[in-house]
Amino acid sequence: MTATATATARIVRPQLGRDTWNVLIRELKPVVRDPFSLIFSLVQPLVFLGLFGPLLVAQSGGDLAGTLSWFVPGVLVMIVLFGTGATGSNLQYEMMTGSHERTLVAPLSRSSLLIGRALKEVAPIIVQALLIVAIALPFGFRAHPLGLVAGLALLGVFGIGLGALSYSLALATKQREWLFWGVQQSLIFPLLILSGVLLPLDGGPAWMRAVAAVNPVSYVVDAERALLTGSLGAPEVLWGWVAAAALAAVGLAVGVRAIRRSS
Amino acid sequence: MPSDTVISTQGLTKRFTVKKSEVEAVTDLTVDVQRGALVAFLGPNGAGKSTSLRMLTTLIPPTAGSATVAGYDIQKEPAGVRSRIGYVGQGSSGSFAQRVRDELLSQGAFYGMGRRERTERADELIASLELDAFATRTVQQLSGGQKRRLDIALGLIHAPEVLFLDEPSTGLDPQSRANLWEHIIALRARYGTTVFLTTHYLEEADRYAERVMVMDSGRVIADDTAAALKADLAGDALTLTLEEGGDLARASSAVGRLAGATAEHRGDRTLAFTAPSGSALLPRLLRELDHEGIGVATATAVPPTLDDVFLALTGRTLRDADQPEGDDAPATTDTESHTLEGSTR
Repeated sequence: MTATATATARIVRPQLGRDTWNVLIRELKPVVRDPFSLIFSLVQPLVFLGLFGPLLVAQSGGDLAGTLSWFVPGVLVMIVLFGTGATGSNLQYEMMTGSHERTLVAPLSRSSLLIGRALKEVAPIIVQALLIVAIALPFGFRAHPLGLVAGLALLGVFGIGLGALSYSLALATKQREWLFWGVQQSLIFPLLILSGVLLPLDGGPAWMRAVAAVNPVSYVVDAERALLTGSLGAPEVLWGWVAAAALAAVGLAVGVRAIRRSS
Repeated sequence: MPSDTVISTQGLTKRFTVKKSEVEAVTDLTVDVQRGALVAFLGPNGAGKSTSLRMLTTLIPPTAGSATVAGYDIQKEPAGVRSRIGYVGQGSSGSFAQRVRDELLSQGAFYGMGRRERTERADELIASLELDAFATRTVQQLSGGQKRRLDIALGLIHAPEVLFLDEPSTGLDPQSRANLWEHIIALRARYGTTVFLTTHYLEEADRYAERVMVMDSGRVIADDTAAALKADLAGDALTLTLEEGGDLARASSAVGRLAGATAEHRGDRTLAFTAPSGSALLPRLLRELDHEGIGVATATAVPPTLDDVFLALTGRTLRDADQPEGDDAPATTDTESHTLEGSTR
């Protein structure tokens, strides 16, 4: 054998910050290369906006703009629930095909593999939320500019938490896709309905209101509604941030623990 | 560990608990691999090949024993090991939604390569592995052979000292397999990388590996060059079919005298036996039989395969030894789940 070049691999020590950045950039590449995938994943929220919105207008007896100011913030939260809540399936597919295993052999901080992926969720959330807002504008929807910025940031934090939990579910269910989707679907719809995204829960049964009171999504929805209507200092905003931050902290903690055990 | 030894294991052992019972997937693996070698782990499914590889690549910790890879202890200095090795697992290493070139650049960044360095290296590997036409395609758009070439490129982007390949050609058609091997051999010659692979393709281990370690039930049961293993452990398979009316008993006796082998009678006219250097023996045997007035209609001498070596070592062929998935370890941790393929006589 004649070697014309020699191995030059350097020693790379895991660094959480640098590795998280590299994982984040990698995860963002497919989004940047194929932005239309973000639009296609908006179909479900748009169906709710287009078909459920008119029903809400008819039921409430109010005008379209007023109804949208109540419903659109909920649809923005729905984007996170449907999109980010399912993002673990990508990791699960990579676990099944072998791509995830390759990253486990790379000299990366294990935590960065989870945190980088979770942070990536912020980008599609912001793009999709802005698209929904843009679609609703011709129908009379108006968002307070500063409130919108704060609302997007809140969605981002909420998305990091939910994304991390989705990845944790993928790591826990390993190769069993049916289990991932079974658990995910069993949780997402109750969380959605019991957060008051689709219908107000004020007139609902006591048990529903009790569950909604411990559902972090309820607080995020209420905060979004307050922010987008310009009530930046409302108590709902504070509670929304507390709920989103708590979810992010729990999600990242659970996710980091799961990926460190991954092999 | 001598300076030219790039992999050294001492008593490496791995036990799994499967359904409350303990399974020893790898037992007391003690081997040294020299820098620049091309070494193959050969064995049936469930032999412990992939488990061994997963320990050496730091994916799973050993239950007992120790090992150093590229000068770093797999348990105490996993970051050092990971920096110096390339790993190509059984599955596709590229993420389905990523573009080929993007994935190579990301992999380079994971290994601390600067933008310019990883760009140059990625382009070099894309050219070397004939991926130019697919560089902007996503992984899910590639064929099986193209994906495997990308996997090799991902494993080599950081110029590792050791490249681990777990069943690199499984699932590929014969043409793609041959093409992949051409690339592996060429890249190894170019970069001087030590290649350590697992395979259950007998002819691949035979043809390409400089050293073959035969594994069975978690243990290395033979370790040498393919030629030496075949010469030492299995002889050529000879078959003689006598002309009509030939005396099978006398022919069998002649075989015993000249070859020192007991011939098996197959029907009324055919003898089968194995003998070391049987091809060289055959002309002498034919002359002897002719001298005794025994006419031979046909005579064949088939050189041994590694399957014959396995048969000589274990009493069963590699194909027969193939076990259902998960016999040595949980499927999620040791995925030697492919069907054994290779030549048997």
